[in-house]
Amino acid sequence: MTRLLLMGNPNVGKSALFSRLTGVKAIVSNYPGTTINYTRGYMKLGGETAEVIDAPGTYTLEPTSEAEEIALKLLGSGDIVINVVNAINLERNLYLTLQLLERGIPVVVALNLWDDTKHRGVDIDLEKLRQLLGVPVIPTVAITGQGIKELVENIPRATSPRRPPATRDQRWATIGSIIEQVQRIHHRHHTWRERLEDASVKPVSGGFIALAILAAAFFVVRFIGEGLINYVLDPLFNTLWAPVILKLSQLMGGAGFLHDMVVGKIIGGELNFVESFGLLTSGFYVPLGVVLPYIVAFYLVLGILEDTGYLPRLAVLMDTILHRLGLHGYAIIPNLLGLGCNVPAILATRILESKRERFIAATLISIAVPCAALQAMIFGLVGARGLGYVAIVYGTLFVVWIILGFILNRTVKGFSPELLIEIPPYRLPPWRMVLQKLWLRAYGFLAEAIPIILGAILVINVLYILGVFDAIANFTAPVVTGLLGLPKEAVTALVIGFLRKDVALGMLAPLALTSGQLVVGSVVLAMLFPCIATFVVMFRELGAVNMLKAVGVMIVAALVTGGILNLIL
Amino acid sequence: MSRHMQGFGGRFKPQANLVTLAQLKDGQSGTVVEIQGGRRMTDRLNALGIMPGKKITKTSAMLMRGPVTVEVDRVEVAIGFGMASRLVVRPDHVP
Repeated sequence: MTRLLLMGNPNVGKSALFSRLTGVKAIVSNYPGTTINYTRGYMKLGGETAEVIDAPGTYTLEPTSEAEEIALKLLGSGDIVINVVNAINLERNLYLTLQLLERGIPVVVALNLWDDTKHRGVDIDLEKLRQLLGVPVIPTVAITGQGIKELVENIPRATSPRRPPATRDQRWATIGSIIEQVQRIHHRHHTWRERLEDASVKPVSGGFIALAILAAAFFVVRFIGEGLINYVLDPLFNTLWAPVILKLSQLMGGAGFLHDMVVGKIIGGELNFVESFGLLTSGFYVPLGVVLPYIVAFYLVLGILEDTGYLPRLAVLMDTILHRLGLHGYAIIPNLLGLGCNVPAILATRILESKRERFIAATLISIAVPCAALQAMIFGLVGARGLGYVAIVYGTLFVVWIILGFILNRTVKGFSPELLIEIPPYRLPPWRMVLQKLWLRAYGFLAEAIPIILGAILVINVLYILGVFDAIANFTAPVVTGLLGLPKEAVTALVIGFLRKDVALGMLAPLALTSGQLVVGSVVLAMLFPCIATFVVMFRELGAVNMLKAVGVMIVAALVTGGILNLIL
Repeated sequence: MSRHMQGFGGRFKPQANLVTLAQLKDGQSGTVVEIQGGRRMTDRLNALGIMPGKKITKTSAMLMRGPVTVEVDRVEVAIGFGMASRLVVRPDHVP
């Protein structure tokens, strides 16, 4: 089977083009480094099926980050390269093009973002460019689909002019001469968009803009999340699902192991979807009724932020602070992703250049950045005691994030490289893309979370029956009760936190904790032991040794923080 | 020109008509004269279109030795302060 590789600089629209060619939905955002691994899809090409690979963006074939190394490795396995080029910035993009042409692999160039050339005042002589490069050059707009048909028609015409290997200076000289012949730039006045772009990266105006955007993001997430819970999901569960469950409970005799497993405990005829811990009650209510609304709200807002191109500007503003934590500004992107789910966040640390940065970022994310599922439960349970307590949980985690980063920066050997990133222009989010991405992420959550949540509830019931929890509770009582000031049964939540944090926090609900204890429990649960999915990804990305180091840091940090909170509250 | 400046241990010494990008004023344009860094730093900057001979305009600088943003070939690039201090620029108008 023919294998097509989509290659090009970061943030030129490879993933958007990939979705157009294959129909496979890929995550598309407006910042460099969205794709950190490759995605595979298939398309029809002249009656046959061809494989299409969406490679991470790379500026050159001399890699400077792990994502770029992946792109380079892929190159050895492809038959044809679709070189996606940013039409606005031909000069810089052509460096990779020339390197590809020297490789002897057949190339077709997709001149993407073509619609932008007009209002950005860039004129490109296509015919001349084709002639000078010796390969097909097709103008495209991947977001709208313009030029895709022509591109597909031209894939079989991909050729390799087999340019002789050149040095860096020779390549830049060649590019200079090509640009002189094919590109004309018209002078334009500053637009409103450009004024806004400038204001976003100036210290004072940028700071205000960042505060306004982050505050707005927080309130919109909360508004949508709470709105969905109060006006859609709770009514659905209470009016439609609850009667069915109560009926079923009656049929099953109202008690017994099987009853408790399926329906859960029903205390005094009252059905509590969070506390009953049955497969059909908590097993569905926690993922669908509590977490999903916040997942939808969070990823909708994150998707909009990603697609406008704001995140790289936030990276510039945060750079000075993040340097104190051993990171640079761009690490804000994996950290923000972590507020959704720690797994993609730790994968996204691949956009950072050094192993040291990746270790620090992954450790901080897994300890101090709570995922959306956990946050939804925090809002549900801790929020019921007053938003002030929620603020204490968030404030504590933020302080831990800062202090821990500061300590890691001082203790982990080596130094972290400096920020050097391209900042994409602002654009209005393409709504189709935003909604498609939201669907991908929400679906991904349901597909992964529901089986584990049901499994966790199964395990909880079996362990209760076997009396294992009592044994663990007695064994760990000195730490849990002595240090953290929690009832010894709270340890069950910490154990189940290894499977799913949302279910685990739910286990604190029936313990009749004081508000202070609930805060301590939430913070310790957030910090101690990432869920199993995060564990696996940390093991894969950091290796066994570094993962164990991160876990060591985690245990100490969680117990110290929990102990201090217990003394204060 | 480049050999002349390398004698100062890689650190830029003030010289007539030349400043570092970190010293360039906000909104000011200039031409890149030299990148005083190793191969890796040079490669990374080149990849973003920043190399000797290029016209750049400084858009802004963050406080407390924060990153500098510049426009080069219609693209905005953010550069850490340390790197910006090793990028030698000839300003269009003498400051």
